[in-house]
This record gives sequence, structure tokens and C-alpha cells, in this order.
Amino acid sequence: MTTTQPPSQLPGFEVEAGSLGSLADARLAVELDTGDMILNMGPQHPATHGTLRLVVRLDGERVIAADPVIGYMHRGYEKLTEFRTYPQITTLINRIDWLSSFANEVPFIHAAEQLMGIEAPPRAQHIRTLLTELSRIATIYLFLGEMGLQVGALTPAFWGFRDREHVLNLIEGATGGRFHPNFNRIGGVKDDLPWGWIVECRAAMKRILDGCDDFEDVLVGNEIFQARTRGVGIIPAELGAAYGVSGANLRASGVDWDLRRDGKPYLSYNELDFKVWTHQDGDSFARYWVRLQETRESVRMVLQLLDGLASGPVMAKVPRIIKVPAGEVWVETENPLGQMGYYVVSKGAIGPFRVKIRSASFSNVSILPWLLRGLYVPDVVTVLGSLYFILGDIDR
Amino acid sequence: MGLVEKGVLSRKPLKPVTWLLNYSRKYSLWMFQWGLACCAIEMGAALASPRFDMMRLGVIPFPASPRQADLVVISGTVTDKMVPAIKRLYEQMPDPKYVISMGSCANCGGPYWDSYSVTKGVDQVIPVDIYIPGCPPRPEALLDAVVMLQERIQQEGLGNDELAARWRGEPVEVV
Repeated sequence: MTTTQPPSQLPGFEVEAGSLGSLADARLAVELDTGDMILNMGPQHPATHGTLRLVVRLDGERVIAADPVIGYMHRGYEKLTEFRTYPQITTLINRIDWLSSFANEVPFIHAAEQLMGIEAPPRAQHIRTLLTELSRIATIYLFLGEMGLQVGALTPAFWGFRDREHVLNLIEGATGGRFHPNFNRIGGVKDDLPWGWIVECRAAMKRILDGCDDFEDVLVGNEIFQARTRGVGIIPAELGAAYGVSGANLRASGVDWDLRRDGKPYLSYNELDFKVWTHQDGDSFARYWVRLQETRESVRMVLQLLDGLASGPVMAKVPRIIKVPAGEVWVETENPLGQMGYYVVSKGAIGPFRVKIRSASFSNVSILPWLLRGLYVPDVVTVLGSLYFILGDIDR
Repeated sequence: MGLVEKGVLSRKPLKPVTWLLNYSRKYSLWMFQWGLACCAIEMGAALASPRFDMMRLGVIPFPASPRQADLVVISGTVTDKMVPAIKRLYEQMPDPKYVISMGSCANCGGPYWDSYSVTKGVDQVIPVDIYIPGCPPRPEALLDAVVMLQERIQQEGLGNDELAARWRGEPVEVV
């Protein structure tokens, strides 16, 4: 960043007394007379998953202060929802967290269903759970590969993209949309599963499990990977919870909290047998490990669902023009990136009066200024990668 | 751009020379990835996934900076806050340069056509060569766009004045 001001006078970068001495090697600083340097990462930087901009103040190679600048992907969702009808909003909120689009739809549709007093039939619930878990696999699988890229290994990234295609094929086969399914309707899902889908799904799940084993061999057991990630970017459990960090990032700090199990029951998770994985360390490695285990757990859930898929219709009886009765409701779910919630206020019209969206990544990155302080520059990239945020989920 | 300053290109070069120049250029496109939103993931799939493998078309997706790039793919929602950065990085690219606008958001605003913070089309800011429709377009669509662009690069300067204009950095109108 070119600036005429000395860095110490820039807003947000005031030095605390004595912090410089403790962070840098004082002898070296005197000999070489290193000044502070401001490094601007982004808004277009491959390590920031899109358009996050980080203004980092460096002393040598150590970060003294980091300031995330967000808003480059702000599309005004909460305002736009006021001008759309309920079925139209489903199309829109697919694109909040674009990797796990199906999981985004679920809480909003649930909110509308709760206000209308409609319950989706069991088969629809099962298909929803199935597709939510598939989109979770697709999301996290990309992370498992990209994390290798952040520490300098290119091959896992190719693996991540390769095996993710199998899951995307499944989603496309069931919904018609490779990326944004837009498959949920108020009162059920649009269609039944196509013929032969279940057989294909089992085959793809086997591939995913094999891929997870590959990641475990190549990355988790790798000495270089461990050296780069262990002990880097530790989030203490209480602090993480205070910042609102959720999902796998918090579970990696040892907090045993998963809305699929602990929250208000939704979809068909209470029929499933699954384990919530936690790790005590709270560092980048723990976050990777927890997500790896979660992928396997999701595969287990998908297989259980395929075994016990309910029969019957996929749509409840709903009026042709959907008008949601007046009321307020808060629905939160466990999305691949963490806790996602919608607070829907309805005044009885065809569209909501106001929607407040609580997205996981926004709270997850709010810990960045605290977390990045004192790290080396290459570790910034690792920590950003291991937190795993989506810019659309931050800015909305 | 020594070719332009010496007036070589304005003197209407021999057709085989132009053909060879175009042929070499079209199979060594250095592509700058401007990944913004959902389309960026599909662009990543087109580049990194073995199923699509864009590099077989002669596209090299890893320029270290826009100063080394021939082609920029704007993939995703362009917000008003992002526009100055896009303009600045586009201006850093050397001539001749090409732009692919990927996805409905970059084309016209897409599903955010009535949003207060989204730029309705990146062509308001920089000239666009190829538009890819879709929300998001499939990776095959991006591959198709690159092939279309390569066909156009091959035709430049053969029977028209487009090539010289490109190398001077002037806007080009193609019918």
C-alpha cells in the first residue's frame, strides 16, 4: 500500500507501549534499523478465498496488527429479501455461502414452514438431510484439498477438485443444478430422487472415503504439514465462543457443540447415529483434523439415510400462492461453515417484512485481528485457510 | 511494444506473418483469474479439476501479476467497492488484452439486479470481449469461451485493422 503517512499514524495501527520490544528481536532491530511495514493482502489474493482484504502491519516478518477489510462482496441480501416473495428468496440465499448452497436453503424454508404450520413429509425430510450432507461433503472436501495448497502442496488441491465432482454429479442428478440446486420448496422438495441415484450415491461415497484416507496419509501424517500447522493460530475455547466462532472451528478448540445434535431438532438428524468430533488443541492442525473426521461422519450419515429412506410423497399440501401468516421466528442450523440462522419477520404478505441473516463466516473472521497478532507472514495464509470462510458468507 | 512503435503493424504486415503471430499468441494465453464469487469455484474447477483441465487449451492460469497477463476472467459479482481495484488491475495489463466476463453477475448484475451495492455489469467499467451466461456457468462454458476467444485472436489483422488497434490499446468493435 502506498501511503504518505507514516504507518504509526494510520488509524487502527496504534502501537501499544512495549509491544515492539517483546515481539521482535531487539538486537537485530537496532542493527538493521527495521521499520514497520504495511502489507496489503487483497482484495484480490488467492489465499483469501476471494475478496477479503487484509491490511497487515509487519515488523520484519512478524505481524504486529492485522485489520480485515470486508464488504467487497456485499450484495445487500437483507434488503433484497424485502422485495422478493418467499419462493424467490430460496434462489437468492443459495448464493450466500456458494459452496454449500443446499444447506443455506434449509433454515429459511424451515422458518417459512414453521410460520405457516406446515410439516414436510418424511421422505422430503430425508432427501433434504441427504442433500445437506452431500453439500457438506462437497464443501469440506474442497477445504481438505485447498489446505494442502496453503502450505505449498499442489497435488491435494487437484484431488479435492477431482473427487468433489462425484458429489456434484449426485447433486446435479437429483436437483438439476450442479452448484445452486434451488430444490427446496415450502412444504417439501421439488422432485423425487431419480432412478439409479442411490446406487451411484453409494459408489461415490466409497470414493470419498478413499479420498479421505489419501488426505490422511499425505497431509495429516506429513511432517512438513504438521510443522506448518501444529501450534499455529490457537483459538482458546472461551475466547472463540466469546467471538462467536462456531462450527468446526470451535469444535477444534475442544467445545463439544453441534447444532445437529444439541440444537432444536431439525431435518432427520435425531434418527441418525453420528459422532461429533472434537480436538483439544485449537490450532490449524486441529481444524483440519476435525473437518476430515466430519467428512467421514457425513458419509456415514448419507449411507444410513440411503438404508432407511422413507417412502411416500415428497410434497405436503400447500396453497398455490404462498402467503405466510404474521409472526416472527428464529431458525438456526449447523452449516458446513458453522452456525447459520435466519430471523424472519412476517406481516402476512407474500414476502417477508424483514430477514436477519446470521452467517457463520462473519463471526469466524472477527477473531482474525486477535488471532494473527504475532504470527509470521506465511502462517497468516495457513491460518486463513484453516479458518475456512467464504466471502459471500461474510459480506452477504 | 516495439512492433507498434516501428510501425510494422500499421504497414499491413504479410498475411503469413500475422497468421503465425496470432497462432503463437492464441495458444499461450496467460490468464489472470479474478475470482469473486460462485463463478470463481467453477473457474477453479475448470482449471484445477482433471475432469475439465483447461491447460490443455494452452491457457496458463498462474501469472504472478496482472502485468504478465493477456486475459482476465472476471468471474462473479462486481460490487461498487470492488470497481476501483478492477479498473486499476485492468490498466496494469499490457496490450493486447482480453476480458471474459463470466456469469450473470458480471454480465448484468444477475440476481442482484436491484441491489444497491452491486455494479450492474462489469462492462460499465472495462471493455468485455466474451460474455458467458449462466448462474454460475458450467466449466465447459468457460472452456467454450476460451476457444471462441482463440478463434477471434486467430482472425485478428487478417483482412481488418483490428490487430494494430489492439496492440495500440484502442477499443475494438467486432461485428
